[in-house]
Amino acid sequence: MKRVTLLRILVILGAIGLLEGLIHAGIVPRFTIIPPSEMASALAAILASGKLKVDIAVTLTNVAVAIVASMAAGVTIGTVLQRAAALRRILDPLFATYYAIPMYAFYPLLIVVFGLGDVPQICIGFLLAVMAVIINTLNGLDRVPRVLLKAARMHRMNALRTALRIRLPYAAPYIFTGFKLAVAYSFIGVIGAEFITSSRGIGYEISFAYNNFDNRLMYGLILFVLALVLTVNMSLHAWEKRLMMQRQR
Amino acid sequence: MKARDTLILVAVVLVAWQLLYWAVGSIAFRSPAETVRSAAVLLADPRFMPHVRESMLAFAEAFAIAVLIGLSIGVTLGASRLASEVAEPILVALYSIPKVTLYPVILLVFGIGMPAKVAFGAIHGIVPISIFALNAIRNINPVYLRTGQVLRLSPWAAARKILIPAALPEIVTGIRAGFCLTLIGTLLGEMFGAQRGLGHLLMQAMTRHNMDSIMALTLLLVVFAATVNGLLLALDHRLHRRV
Repeated sequence: MKRVTLLRILVILGAIGLLEGLIHAGIVPRFTIIPPSEMASALAAILASGKLKVDIAVTLTNVAVAIVASMAAGVTIGTVLQRAAALRRILDPLFATYYAIPMYAFYPLLIVVFGLGDVPQICIGFLLAVMAVIINTLNGLDRVPRVLLKAARMHRMNALRTALRIRLPYAAPYIFTGFKLAVAYSFIGVIGAEFITSSRGIGYEISFAYNNFDNRLMYGLILFVLALVLTVNMSLHAWEKRLMMQRQR
Repeated sequence: MKARDTLILVAVVLVAWQLLYWAVGSIAFRSPAETVRSAAVLLADPRFMPHVRESMLAFAEAFAIAVLIGLSIGVTLGASRLASEVAEPILVALYSIPKVTLYPVILLVFGIGMPAKVAFGAIHGIVPISIFALNAIRNINPVYLRTGQVLRLSPWAAARKILIPAALPEIVTGIRAGFCLTLIGTLLGEMFGAQRGLGHLLMQAMTRHNMDSIMALTLLLVVFAATVNGLLLALDHRLHRRV
């Protein structure tokens, strides 16, 4: 297992080194892509200057709001749907089609309805994230063993108590998978929406830098987004693995 | 049974839409009937069709590239246990990054226009198709392959009789995911940097506050995506049942 991890790091470093080499050798022109080392120094300069602190804070706040809202709505909807079999059957084709719908197509509509504030970006993040949470919540709740539910009935728990004390804790690892996806989708939705049209945020600054031919700023910010998202995803992945190990014990 | 549920769902969506319209009002929203009417007007407009053709052409090219490259990557890596273990987490990480941040890079490489849209659509589709293909090949029951060896099948016959039938259901699932993402990528590309295509029309309608066009275009796109996805889903189910 360790050897695989080592190889993986070598592959990634090799890819970065190759890009660096191609640019220094002049095979890839500098005005198209700047070398990864310069991206890193540009990012360091951006973070040190602090001039984009507001944009970064705005984006992170909006992503966080989208994650919290989609988790709250997704787990609630999932829990209710699991008990309402008829409704669930009717909605089933929607679940299967949901991710085929190009969510960004709703963005112009959201802007006209809510104005050019933070709400349309949060909505896109929420819309992308919420279905992953619903599907994974349902998936987890479907697996609760009968014997646990019988135990709940013996203790005369009502539906809410059974959900809070038995069903949801049992489904937690599956809901966590939904959470992981919700985080990724919220980032994709919010930054993508900022990129199309908005007045602030990291996505907005990247497109602004692109329009001004400011390659150092643009690549610094792109590196920032990629590093941030990859770090968050990898930590969640590690956390999930730990949770699964605990459960097996 | 299934068809009836779908019909009920469509009815539920239409009722919810109409209720939302009554709640939000006619300044920033349109009713289902009005939207269908403006969609019909749009479809009859001779200036509209070139945009549809442009988008469909970009999407078709992007999808073809995504399937070709995605399958090559997935099948090549899936054939080797070590390669697939090294590559899979990298591919999953690539899947979760907001690819929209890479769009300026694509624009700088390809310039504004058709190739950039195609490339951007394709990078959305390549990753999921390769992840599914990789797992499809890796998870083929080894007994099947050994049976092929025992029967002394030629490599070509083994591929045709064993590998393809065993891996196809998962590969089709991946292609379905890739289809949806490629469509989203292509549209996103048109919304940001393009002078033609449906994504561009959508952005234009937004800057002009043309609600009729926004709602009609959104409806047409959703109906198109849902229809093709439904067909691919039916194929998907059929293949999975067979195995």
